[in-house]
Amino acid sequence: MNLASVVEKLNLRVACGQGGLERPVRGGYAGDLLSDVLANSSEGDLWITRQNHQNIVAVSSLKDHAGILLVQGKEPEADTLEKAVKEGIPILVTELTTFEIAGRLHRLLHGPS
Amino acid sequence: MSLICEASFPVRGGDFKDAGKVAVQIKATLKKLGIDPEILRRAAIAAYESEVNIISYARLGKIHLQVDPDRILMNVEDEGPGIEDIELAMRPGYSTASDLIRELGFGAGMGLVNIKHCADEFEITSMVDQGTKLRILIHVPDG
Repeated sequence: MNLASVVEKLNLRVACGQGGLERPVRGGYAGDLLSDVLANSSEGDLWITRQNHQNIVAVSSLKDHAGILLVQGKEPEADTLEKAVKEGIPILVTELTTFEIAGRLHRLLHGPS
Repeated sequence: MSLICEASFPVRGGDFKDAGKVAVQIKATLKKLGIDPEILRRAAIAAYESEVNIISYARLGKIHLQVDPDRILMNVEDEGPGIEDIELAMRPGYSTASDLIRELGFGAGMGLVNIKHCADEFEITSMVDQGTKLRILIHVPDG
């Protein structure tokens, strides 16, 4: 499933990276500790986080994530947006909490269990 | 043994704005050399954590990258406070990071551990009030 479908099905807002929505989403990872995300997330993951500062862009870029999903309606900070646009990393936004959106994403990618 | 690539990347202490810039550069450099993606990811994580350590704790430092056909070597050096108790610093979850650093999602006490996990050989030496040195070696398998 690509990012565009995830955006549509989970009703996400695209803050930037419209051009990268064809990227496949292979999985998801939720975390706010950058070292944890670096160590444990995988390529192609949609990274769910409440961190909206610019350092998330380098982490996501290094791990080749499909994109970043900000929770609880958090907007990316101005310099986060600038960096993400430069690196071509899609940033999406949901009003839901990490728990809620992670559950929905998991169900969407892996089906009801 | 022929050297494929050698480059030195300076890192400024306290410069959180650009944290990850050097790691991204190192990853791009290795990618151009056609390094296997899994090796690439390990090197990128080790580079990132090293860079963030310099930014978080030292005045300045550098990451020296040396790539041979069979290995990636990163020598990290900083001028900073040094580490008094290396064994303690290596313990997962132990951190001396400030609240400000933690709020950004850094300072989880996983940096050095992550680096060690990503390396095939890892050495750390430190002198209090002078600085810290890391030697990170990652083997590149044939092919």
